[in-house]
Amino acid sequence: MTSLLIAALVLALMAVAYQQGVSRSKALAGVGRLHSRPQYHGALLALWATLPLLLILFLWLVTSGTLQDWYIAGQIPAEIAPGTSEYAGAAARLRNIASGFGVAGEAQAWETAAGVNLARFNTTLLMAAVGLGAILGVAALVLMRGRLSARMRARNHVEAAIKALLIFCSVVAILTTLGIVVSLVAETLRFFTFVSPVDFFFGTVWNPGYSTTSNDASGSYGMLPLLLGTVMISVIAMAVALPVGLMSAIWLTQYANPRLRNVIKPVIEVLAGIPTIVYGFFALVTVGPALSGLGDLVGLRVNATSALTAGIVMGIMIIPFISSLSDDIIRQVPRAMRDGSLGLGATKSETIRMVIVPAALPGIVGAILLAVSRAIGETMIVVLAAGNAPILRFNPAEPTSTFTVTIVTALTGDADFASPQSLVAFALGLTLFVITLMLNIGALAIVRKYREQYE
Amino acid sequence: MNATPESRAPLSGSRIRPSAPASVASSVSRISARDVTVHYGPKQAIFDVSIEIPEKSVTAFIGPSGCGKSTFLRCFNRMNDTIEGCKVGGLITIDGDDIHDPSLDVVELRARVGMVFQKPNPFPKSIYDNIAYGPRIHGLVKTKAETDDLVESSLKKAGLWKEVADRLDAPGTGLSGGQQQRLCIARTIATGPEVILMDEPCSALDPIATSIVEDLIHELRAQYTIIIVTHSMQQAARVSQKTAFFHLGKLIEYGETEQIFVNPKEKQTEAYITGRIG
Repeated sequence: MTSLLIAALVLALMAVAYQQGVSRSKALAGVGRLHSRPQYHGALLALWATLPLLLILFLWLVTSGTLQDWYIAGQIPAEIAPGTSEYAGAAARLRNIASGFGVAGEAQAWETAAGVNLARFNTTLLMAAVGLGAILGVAALVLMRGRLSARMRARNHVEAAIKALLIFCSVVAILTTLGIVVSLVAETLRFFTFVSPVDFFFGTVWNPGYSTTSNDASGSYGMLPLLLGTVMISVIAMAVALPVGLMSAIWLTQYANPRLRNVIKPVIEVLAGIPTIVYGFFALVTVGPALSGLGDLVGLRVNATSALTAGIVMGIMIIPFISSLSDDIIRQVPRAMRDGSLGLGATKSETIRMVIVPAALPGIVGAILLAVSRAIGETMIVVLAAGNAPILRFNPAEPTSTFTVTIVTALTGDADFASPQSLVAFALGLTLFVITLMLNIGALAIVRKYREQYE
Repeated sequence: MNATPESRAPLSGSRIRPSAPASVASSVSRISARDVTVHYGPKQAIFDVSIEIPEKSVTAFIGPSGCGKSTFLRCFNRMNDTIEGCKVGGLITIDGDDIHDPSLDVVELRARVGMVFQKPNPFPKSIYDNIAYGPRIHGLVKTKAETDDLVESSLKKAGLWKEVADRLDAPGTGLSGGQQQRLCIARTIATGPEVILMDEPCSALDPIATSIVEDLIHELRAQYTIIIVTHSMQQAARVSQKTAFFHLGKLIEYGETEQIFVNPKEKQTEAYITGRIG
């Protein structure tokens, strides 16, 4: 509710400033020729009026936690010494009472009182911030309104503001990525204080013992079984998706008549819109038992949840990905190539095989690598359909496990977050990240090389 | 087929039957079109064009942009088949064979009637493979030695051998524009065609490369029947023996190149030649 009110206040300030700018600008237009259209003066004034408020709100966001801690310190009775776990627990309880979440057990009288005080403190702090921001905003509005002039280059200033906004957004994106990587690396390094990297990267047994104490690294953490499972499922997925996807792309671009293509292409692309969890239970309920039954018919023992099931369903999931990308790439092969080959008397399929596909090959390889990195990172299908058996074996009809599945199990259990059983998730995540990063870099390099070819 | 061959006087003054003796090869009619129409969907691009193209000579199609000269050219090797919604009517014969006859294989037709395109379009393969592509798919070469020979002779005929002999493995796309276009001509020659269609072959080339290609066309005339579409009247005058002027999908005038340029019979031809239309 409060945030809505603040947003409304910001918008109102913006609207008033804009209107003021426009009207002032129109008044100025009578005096001399305007450098910028009135809208730009309005936008500039709106910017000036809201900037102080936004800045102060940002400041509040950053500092309010510290200010709260300081206030809480004054509320907690002296018997509870700062720095103890008891103290931290009491502080957390106060915060919960103040925010209205409620706490486990009966709140003591002093807790309730302190909570109410804290809530009041928070509200006052926010109101002060908003009030100060609004006053500064109005002041800026009045000040800048007086400084508007006909020759003012409002248009250029707005341009600079837009540029700043764009840079800000890019920086946010980059910093987020960086932050994720740093946190992954930090946790991974912590994990390696329990388990040596050699045991992790080259170990063939995955069997993390479950212990409740956080310093015990009992069990083995060899990632090779998981790597094998991941690779096996990805290979099966590509074996399904590649021929189907590529050939459907060739048919769509070269043979299908346009009216049919306009129907078929969206239908294939609908496959890409199905949530992976739906594919997951499709694998679990339909494909798994069907494969198992098929195996019985020919005398093979096929597990319902196995690398095969997960791989096939993942392949189906990737088909639209490959077909859609390949479609675009094949379409990019200049018509002149095709005409050149047809003009020499090649048939359609000869032209496709010997000219179009080779010309599009680098791009198609790029598409395949992108698809592979997607297959490796896919989680829901394997969680449901692969059986979660992290054992090093090469039989695709047996249950297996992957990086992603193991990360899910490591982090959803009730092991302590500081234990190697949980920390291993970060090491696995980082490994997965590096693998997909390599694949993506490779794919992009190939795609870029391909782009230069016809220029 | 709505052809009524005898009801329509040929526009060419010198119409000689294909059965004429080979000794007068330069005036023997190899390609003949009667009442050819082309539609792109509901839009008609070519209106009842009839023309006789003599053997072993260069015939130029000229006319303003969009007059249908390229569309008409593509009728002769049925490249219009590859364009969605394009319909060709009328009768076109090469050596008396109807090229739309169901028993005639379009793949074979295109080996006999080669085509050079407006923009050089070498395949992204080596120079060698560019030339060997056609002969290989048509089974014209069996051994490596035969292929080598054919590649060499084709490149020689296209006047490119000296420039690329030491780098046959280099990609064809790495050559200069003029060299690429001669590579495409060599590639066409390699399948052993009788007719070569050229669709504005010099429009993407600089003046020097253009003059080299024009000299090449001059030499190729001894062996091949060449039809060239060009929007450069000077080029038509330089390379061709016969010229056909197209306007708005109709054949306005067809005759000896000299006559067309010096003494056009039709007002529209004269207007175009003197630069008043187009």
